[in-house]
Amino acid sequence: MMEITKRKFVTPGEVIATGPLRTENNVYRDGDKIISTCVGISEIFENSVRVMALSGIYMPRIDDAVIGKVQSTSLMFWELDINSCYVGILRADEVFGRDYSASSNDLSSKLRKGDLILARIANFDRSRDPLLTIKSRGLGKIESGELIKISPMTIPRLIGRQGATIQTIESNTNARIKIGQNGWVVVSCEDSSGLLKAIKVIKMIDSQSHVPDLMERVKSLLESEGE
Amino acid sequence: MGRKTDITLLDEKGIRCDGRKIDQTRNITIKAGILKNADGSAYIEFGGNKIIAGVYGPRDIHPKHLADSDTGVLRCRYHMQPFSVPERKNPAPSRREIEISKVIKESLQPAVILDDFPRTAIDLYLEVLQADGGSRCAAIDAASVALADAGIPMRDMVSACAAGKVENTIVLDVNNEEDQAGQADMPVALMPHLEKITLVQLDGMLTPDEYKKCLETAIIGCKQVYEIQRSALKAKYENGG
Repeated sequence: MMEITKRKFVTPGEVIATGPLRTENNVYRDGDKIISTCVGISEIFENSVRVMALSGIYMPRIDDAVIGKVQSTSLMFWELDINSCYVGILRADEVFGRDYSASSNDLSSKLRKGDLILARIANFDRSRDPLLTIKSRGLGKIESGELIKISPMTIPRLIGRQGATIQTIESNTNARIKIGQNGWVVVSCEDSSGLLKAIKVIKMIDSQSHVPDLMERVKSLLESEGE
Repeated sequence: MGRKTDITLLDEKGIRCDGRKIDQTRNITIKAGILKNADGSAYIEFGGNKIIAGVYGPRDIHPKHLADSDTGVLRCRYHMQPFSVPERKNPAPSRREIEISKVIKESLQPAVILDDFPRTAIDLYLEVLQADGGSRCAAIDAASVALADAGIPMRDMVSACAAGKVENTIVLDVNNEEDQAGQADMPVALMPHLEKITLVQLDGMLTPDEYKKCLETAIIGCKQVYEIQRSALKAKYENGG
């Protein structure tokens, strides 16, 4: 996908382009016009148009990795806060296996209120709350680390192209960073200076995600702190 | 209509009681993102009006029976502080505040894409710190910026401005004195890009020609307000987010 025109700041209602282009994120079509629905940066490609939103809440999408916090337990499932307008549902058999029985197994023995888990969204649509799964490698309870809440819209910038930004932070600070698409990030590091440095960089990315030379800023912040 | 007043509302040179020309709005300043704890917020000074708007959501709806499985719900509370008017106002919601809350909600609803968020609520809180005539228009302007700041998808911004009739002349943006002693007051809210009107109210009497002129004048005002709303949103990100 080749970008054709320069990126532009847009507000809701602004006409970004006209013609037979495909509408992607945060735009809608009104007749021939393609209009922005949010405050963001517009991008026009060869055959499609989209707007990168600068603010907003997280809307669950199937296959997204999210970090959730256990809100409550019931007989059959846990309810997790996934920083969205919907609560995440993690079914008991995801953790206990197929022979789960409500009478013999206690949900709070495995996950208690306040525990953090890294999960994947298995199913979600307009009529039901997002169903989570932890049946993949790397998913499950997060034992240690610092939870940082940033805007879900800045997650793509934190990851960078093919993970470039996140790899730069990890290699410079020796921190391990778990990212949820819902804007929650858990950083763990053996030495405290690396942890603090990583948190500082993540918060900087959050506040300046719309700046074009973000990677240079990340590098200079990592280097300056290292001195 | 209009009460008797000692003030000259409009002199022979076409200058109004606060020194404005007939087609001039009061000074308007808007700031976006002023509250840390709300999802989106805005502060507006529209002449003497000072209003804060805060938006939460989309979020879980309580009480649950208000939830709609097809669409989200927009809820709005317009509230005047006890110190917002010369005589202390009882902070309990009055008949007027309940009505204005409804009017503001209905003027914003066509712009907000609520269908994307079934079973949720978007809560909008408007606090009038100081009132000076035309506070519903100012509140709509602030609310629209706060909704955009919260990242809630909208078909268009909503810009509002009033026009009215004073001394048999159609004037833009009536202030408190003109509202009290003038002949008519017409608040209008507009989606500026789609050129669709979302609110028209009229207090007073106008001939059909005057009505048309009054509406056109108000629409010009709305478009001026829109430019200020847009620059407020832009300024938030230019000044380091």
